[in-house]
Amino acid sequence: MTAPLISTRDLTLRLGGRDVLRDVTVDIAAGEIVTIVGPNGSGKSSFLRALIGAIDPARGSVTRRAGLRIGYVPQKLAIDASLPLTVQRFLSLPRRIRGAQARAALERAGVPGLLTQQMVQLSGGQFQRVLLARALLGEPELLLLDEATQGLDQPGAAAFYHQIEEVRQAIGCAVVMVSHDLHVVMAASDRVLCMNGHLCCAGTPEVVASAPAYRALFGTGTQGALALYRHEHSHSHDHAAAPEDGTADAHQHAHEHGPH
Amino acid sequence: MLDDFLVRAALAGLGVAVAAAPLGCFVVWRRMAYFGEATAHAGILGVALALALSVPMMPAILITALAMAAAVSLLTGRGYTMDTALGVLAHSALALGLVAVSLLTNARIDLSSFLFGDILAVGKSDLAIIWGGAALIVGLLVWRWSALLASTLNPDLARASGIDPRREEWGLTLALALTVAVAIKVVGVLLITALLIIPPAAARPLTRTPEAMALVATIIAAIAAIGGLGASYQFDTPAGPSIVCLTAAMFLLTALFRKK
Repeated sequence: MTAPLISTRDLTLRLGGRDVLRDVTVDIAAGEIVTIVGPNGSGKSSFLRALIGAIDPARGSVTRRAGLRIGYVPQKLAIDASLPLTVQRFLSLPRRIRGAQARAALERAGVPGLLTQQMVQLSGGQFQRVLLARALLGEPELLLLDEATQGLDQPGAAAFYHQIEEVRQAIGCAVVMVSHDLHVVMAASDRVLCMNGHLCCAGTPEVVASAPAYRALFGTGTQGALALYRHEHSHSHDHAAAPEDGTADAHQHAHEHGPH
Repeated sequence: MLDDFLVRAALAGLGVAVAAAPLGCFVVWRRMAYFGEATAHAGILGVALALALSVPMMPAILITALAMAAAVSLLTGRGYTMDTALGVLAHSALALGLVAVSLLTNARIDLSSFLFGDILAVGKSDLAIIWGGAALIVGLLVWRWSALLASTLNPDLARASGIDPRREEWGLTLALALTVAVAIKVVGVLLITALLIIPPAAARPLTRTPEAMALVATIIAAIAAIGGLGASYQFDTPAGPSIVCLTAAMFLLTALFRKK
């Protein structure tokens, strides 16, 4: 068994004086596709940002394998209209790359021929694929995607995930993605991590889908698309280790999701 | 040649243009116009400080401009919005500076020269400060260009590429403070932001890459500096405002070009 690409041990993240994620211990192995699901504010994006080093752990640790090459696709990238930027120039940030390299990356991401376009003129789907192309430039061993399909419609999202699978096949990188699109994403994943302020449950999509913690979060019958759009739930966890800060509602998860 | 006050004035205007225009591109891309304004207003506090302690203007202005940046991040860290924090601090600093200067009874200074600049009174030592400061600013921008651009696009994306966006941000703040310190003699605190914002805004419709925008902005700023000075001499108008008027005219021209 080879060493994991990246591991967290009892990782606790604190933002604005509040623990957004507690005691997460996860290993990401080479080549696997891991999907992180969870309601809004469950700490899943923060977890991803901790993996790239944008958030320092409040407790616990993040260990990257020495020299690990990471490709990161952020949740959203608002490019100010005042910034003129061609796709080629964008791909060359921060390190200059050759035109052939840029073309190859765009091709792999499924959007050949955009090289001279302005970034602000791209459609949502094109934009996400250019972000993907940029993440692929460094030949990453680990690809991190944060809600990469936000703003894409259902077919667009499905096509995007298909592209990710193709990329994984082609270059063999591990993929960790955060997603809302439960039913689309879970099918393609080797492993699913369900988060809600902590790691509720983890395992293959089948195991997670039938886990009580997951059902409590996303309702029963994850096969139905309904679970995506309408889940009323409020679940609380009993923990042996109570939160030290003693905030009364720190560990009460009550969510109400209106119809989208 | 440097004995001619007009030559000195032209060189001073050029020096400020060369520093302010490329730095101003970042101010525009990052939507920091108001931040620039606040830093500039803090300059008048620096003038008061220098007069009170009988120390040179340059370091005093640098220190108050940096203190302003620290105060802004302190206030926003306490939950005030950026807009409010800047609105409070920018005008407080200006008012406090004006009051402080007037309280220094032995100070026989012409306040308006600090508010609107006094480019025709630029001496050889001023020229050395202006061009030294400009060289530092341009040097910093060239050295950090890619890292600054990546951080401007998205801090997390920069982080994933091994760049510390907070460090780059402080570099920009330092450059901004330095710009205020070198430009105060040329256009005064009230019009410094104009030299930061208008040339890049005028360059935007003509350019397709960030580098081209910085270059064209610098050329526009340089033309406006020389032309404005000439107009001021010709029509006996105040030099600083004349330079800004010409810059604004060039903005209008390129804005019409964009409409096409």
